Amino acid sequence: MAPEEIDCEQALRRLLEYVDRELGDDERAGMERHLRTCRSCFSRMEFERQLKGRIHDLSLDAAPAGARDRIRALIKGF
Amino acid sequence: MPISKEAFETEVLAILSPLHGVARRLTRNDADAEDLVSESITRAWRARESLVEEGAFRAWMFRILNNTFISERRRAGSRPQADTLAEEGDGDAWPPFSVFERVHQPFLLWFGNPEQEFLDKLLREELDRALAELPEHYRVVIVLADLEELKYGEIAETLGIPVGTVRSRLARARSALQASLWELARDRGWKTSGAIGNRERTPGGMRRGPRRD
Repeated sequence: MAPEEIDCEQALRRLLEYVDRELGDDERAGMERHLRTCRSCFSRMEFERQLKGRIHDLSLDAAPAGARDRIRALIKGF
Repeated sequence: MPISKEAFETEVLAILSPLHGVARRLTRNDADAEDLVSESITRAWRARESLVEEGAFRAWMFRILNNTFISERRRAGSRPQADTLAEEGDGDAWPPFSVFERVHQPFLLWFGNPEQEFLDKLLREELDRALAELPEHYRVVIVLADLEELKYGEIAETLGIPVGTVRSRLARARSALQASLWELARDRGWKTSGAIGNRERTPGGMRRGPRRD
């Protein structure tokens, strides 16, 4: 079955769920079909995807100095 | 058989940095983050029999970290999962504030990409600050969705709210975050090198018709 045809407004409403990989198979296929033909929605999706990636990267900090030793000592006491 | 103490230590140390990274964004300061991580590790050790397979250690440990944070906040009298009726409603969720809408130049073909320029110039410290300044119920949902990359269903379970509320709260949280990032960018004098003129936008980011005044 061909993916559902969606317009820009529908695409924008589903954009965050698409980026979060929360759409079902049919909705995702419809979204991808739209993104292949709409430069503006594709650019918007890319922006949101990259921003989500930048937020994710905040979790990649090194642990504070001494934290590993403190945690080793904590676990030793269990 | 429950995980051995040696294996537990190895697994914890392997994910200590992301545990701290997430804890710091949940609590907004290093001292509270260290306390949260220590308390979570203590709870995890006590609950080690609930770890069904060692391959799932990371997800299990983060779930305990999230639950520890939520339960501590509830005990302290704050309710990060609480919503007012206005927050539950969907009426003001569309259109959200969008940096993309502010900077995108649809008629720029090859000589500029302002939205990419915005991301390239966005400092990690600005992103961290904008996230830290969000109201707690917004900050927490972004941490769970974007730092931890949990599914909406998992976020709903963690916070004890319906999946639909996760969806709408996340949309509002991201809208608020982008509004804050936009302000920070303007404060540092954001100007796209490919700008071809200002366009009038509504607060929601949608283009208006020609001004009549």
